[in-house]
Amino acid sequence: MEMIQARELVYEYEKRDDEGNVIGMSRAIDGIDVDVQPGQFVAILGHNGSGKSTLAKHMNAILVPSGGTMWVNGRDTKDPRELMQIRQSAGMVFQNPDNQIIGTVVEEDVGFGPENLGVPTEEIWLRVEESLRSVGMLEYRTHSPNKLSGGQKQRVAIAGVLAMEPQCIVLDEPTAMLDPNGRKEVIRTVMELRRKKQVTVILITHYMEEVIDADQVYVMDGGRIVMKGTPREIFSQVEELKKYRLDVPQVTMLAEELRRRGVQIPRGILRKEELLEALCRFN
Amino acid sequence: MIRDITIGQYYPAQSCIHRLDPRVKIVCTILFLVSLFVQNSIWGYALATLFLAAVIRASRVPLKFIVKGLKAIVMLLLFTVVMNLFLTKGGRVLVDFWIFRITENGLRTSVFMAIRLVYLIMGSSIMTFTTTPNGLTDGIESLLRPLNRWKVPVHEVAMMMSIALRFIPILLEETDKIMKAQIARGADLESGNLIQKTKAMVPILVPLFVSAFRRANELAMAMEARCYHGGEGRTKMKPLIYRAGDYAAYGITLLYLAGIVVVGRFTG
Repeated sequence: MEMIQARELVYEYEKRDDEGNVIGMSRAIDGIDVDVQPGQFVAILGHNGSGKSTLAKHMNAILVPSGGTMWVNGRDTKDPRELMQIRQSAGMVFQNPDNQIIGTVVEEDVGFGPENLGVPTEEIWLRVEESLRSVGMLEYRTHSPNKLSGGQKQRVAIAGVLAMEPQCIVLDEPTAMLDPNGRKEVIRTVMELRRKKQVTVILITHYMEEVIDADQVYVMDGGRIVMKGTPREIFSQVEELKKYRLDVPQVTMLAEELRRRGVQIPRGILRKEELLEALCRFN
Repeated sequence: MIRDITIGQYYPAQSCIHRLDPRVKIVCTILFLVSLFVQNSIWGYALATLFLAAVIRASRVPLKFIVKGLKAIVMLLLFTVVMNLFLTKGGRVLVDFWIFRITENGLRTSVFMAIRLVYLIMGSSIMTFTTTPNGLTDGIESLLRPLNRWKVPVHEVAMMMSIALRFIPILLEETDKIMKAQIARGADLESGNLIQKTKAMVPILVPLFVSAFRRANELAMAMEARCYHGGEGRTKMKPLIYRAGDYAAYGITLLYLAGIVVVGRFTG
């Protein structure tokens, strides 16, 4: 069974003028099909306003489709009776670290999810400890979130989701407000979790460097999925990506430029090591 | 400068006051505040000072930190002192100058009023410094639970309070940022009379409100995403259970209150 499956997904909202009168409908998502297998790492790319965050919010039943269907772990998100199970099985991490931390102490925030689920007290403590350990924030458990760096706050937010024991984590631009160090820190944490706990990861981002390890990449533009494939397949189409106002990773760009100048290297190079290897063959 | 406001913040430390049940701290704080208003003698204040000093000492919160919180009420304090100083009649006249007349009673009331206010703030900030806002809300929720019978949404109110407390430092930081941004664009916040100064606050308050609403919206979404659905069926990570230390704290506070009453009897 698919972890997340969307068929013909449509999301419309009312456009309003300054007085609040409806002046028409706007489609944020326009007929999308998505399939995510358990354990996969799927990345969704797109520039601002492409509908990627709206799609993410459907995976947690924060938004309910206006047309089509979204299944999370086999459950239809339109069914209000399934709401709690859906939200438990697909945890969500948002962009702004300050606006998603509810507790005033790190461990209380991590415990917030399990408390809502009605988990017994002793087990909450076990889960909190385990979650904080797996994101490497255990030593900060009694700290105030206000004193942490952006990257640390996002790791606490990830721990908060982990404590609910989800099968899938949806990260909606978790690194957009972080500095380069924080960004690396968060992505490293997510990748480690994936390796250790086999959780499904859906990463929404516009940083290309973050998606090179993905199993599957979706590119969104204007509410539609315009490209789909492995990172190598996607990044070998540099011109097409530019059309959707997306960049390719620096290394890929360099390889592409070299190829255009007549250097015989393969398409879709993603890592420095690969480029190095390709170039060393000329010796 | 705006970051100096420390009221409502939690000061993490390991102390016996920190470990007390929040309900105890709330009830004892209220008792302490009441004790400040039921007596009006030097000995009463001395006893209150002693009690407060002992609690501050035991809480391991630096005195500097608590005093910093008083900065926020300096204006209010001055206002109260001046009002009491000039408007209280009776007793020997100490100073008589034009329309100002300071009497012995006025001096006495204003000094006591100032002490009362200062202790009021210090007493309640000790409570917030030593209790995590979540603990505080849990305490309030559990103390007010009887009101549920009259359909008062106790859990929701408690949750709102705890979130408000969590966002105080964030919004303060934001105010600071907006102020700097507006100053950088040539806003003049310092000069002018009171009306002009108030008007100058508008370009600070508007973006602050807008951002507060945006934050509220996002936070609500994050809470829902983590399965928040009100107080029903919710378990507690830190359930409130009275321990021996809590009963002892009640005992000490009651003893103090008895002391205040006795002192009041014999000196008032």
